[in-house]
Amino acid sequence: MAEVLWGLATSHVPSIGAAMDRGKTEDPAWKDLFDGYAPARAWLAEHRPDVAIVVYNDHANGLDLDIVPTFGIGTADSYRVADEGYGPRQVPDVIGDPDLSLHLLESLIDEGFDLTVFQELEVDHGLTVPLSVWTPDPGDAWPCPVVPILVNVIQYPQPTAARCYALGQALGRAIASYREDVTVGILGTGGMSHQLAGSRAGFINPEFDAMWLEKIETDPSALASLSREELIRQAGSEGIELIMWLIMRGAMNPRVSTVHKHYFLPASNTAAGIALLDNRPG
Amino acid sequence: MTAAPTLTEGTPMSSSEAGGRIDVPGTPIFDGQTSRRGLRLNKMLMSFRSADNRERFTADEAAYCAEFGLAPEQTQAVLDRDWTAMIDLGGSIFYVYKLAMMDGRSMQYLGGVFTGMTEEEFQAELRAGGRRHG
Repeated sequence: MAEVLWGLATSHVPSIGAAMDRGKTEDPAWKDLFDGYAPARAWLAEHRPDVAIVVYNDHANGLDLDIVPTFGIGTADSYRVADEGYGPRQVPDVIGDPDLSLHLLESLIDEGFDLTVFQELEVDHGLTVPLSVWTPDPGDAWPCPVVPILVNVIQYPQPTAARCYALGQALGRAIASYREDVTVGILGTGGMSHQLAGSRAGFINPEFDAMWLEKIETDPSALASLSREELIRQAGSEGIELIMWLIMRGAMNPRVSTVHKHYFLPASNTAAGIALLDNRPG
Repeated sequence: MTAAPTLTEGTPMSSSEAGGRIDVPGTPIFDGQTSRRGLRLNKMLMSFRSADNRERFTADEAAYCAEFGLAPEQTQAVLDRDWTAMIDLGGSIFYVYKLAMMDGRSMQYLGGVFTGMTEEEFQAELRAGGRRHG
């Protein structure tokens, strides 16, 4: 059976990737963010999994609005890095793990989570920035193959936080029932509080984010009980992305321990958070 | 028959006309009706992923809008770079941002437009911890 080693929750703001790609990580505007990543990166380098599952959303790059799958999974051998309008990021393409993808798909569908299948998918900053947060200098390849899980967080109605948490729990069971003895890292991406449009653009809610960063470890079911409206009100219309952290958390043990947390603002228009959770209770 | 959605269909969920199921002041909700209104506009903005299309748009913006079947108000909003109108007419911020990037505009610039500030003022508010109450 496969085993979850860790969960990494992180914002996926494009400018975090751009700051790395343009060598700005020591700039005063960014240094504290990247200093805050360092302990997590050091621990992750010592705990390299055989495969990673990245829960993310696309931002008008791999998908458009013709089809809006609530949940999806990539089943490809590899995923090209998308051109988001200014040329693709100069990072490695993403190698897939179709066997694990298809196992997860079957197991999740048997549990009532009917994911859309992506046999071809270009991945955008939603997936590659979290990989960069984990591995700043990947060289020719990311540390391991990746299974992308996609969530619609852009068009209302997004899935509820409760449904995301339940999907995560089913994902945890699906991982446990995999026939191969592999180790797994799970990345839950997006957030934290931010809003891009409307007269409330620029909204950030540090108190809410602090609460979320604590409860993602200690009381995820309390977070899963928040309604869409409450999430949009408290975290901003784009902060609702945080529901993807609950898929990661649901796939982990009920009791986990925090390796490292960091909070930074602003990364562009967004509060950026990181929470690295060890799947073993402390 | 399947008629194309009109721009008056559904409830506008702009910052000026909040309504519908979720009412958070100053917060456009990109819901199904909004997405129906904005489908053609968003499809055009999506096309900017390709360098060829970016060039063709730049060569004749109005003709390119016509090719994608935008409503007149949507075309006008695009030509005028009326970012608020693009959102009100069904644009998703992630799609609208593709046009802003072509113009060399940042998300902070757009934030300033949406909030009646300069880009610098908007950025200063973010650096000061974000806008708490909108």
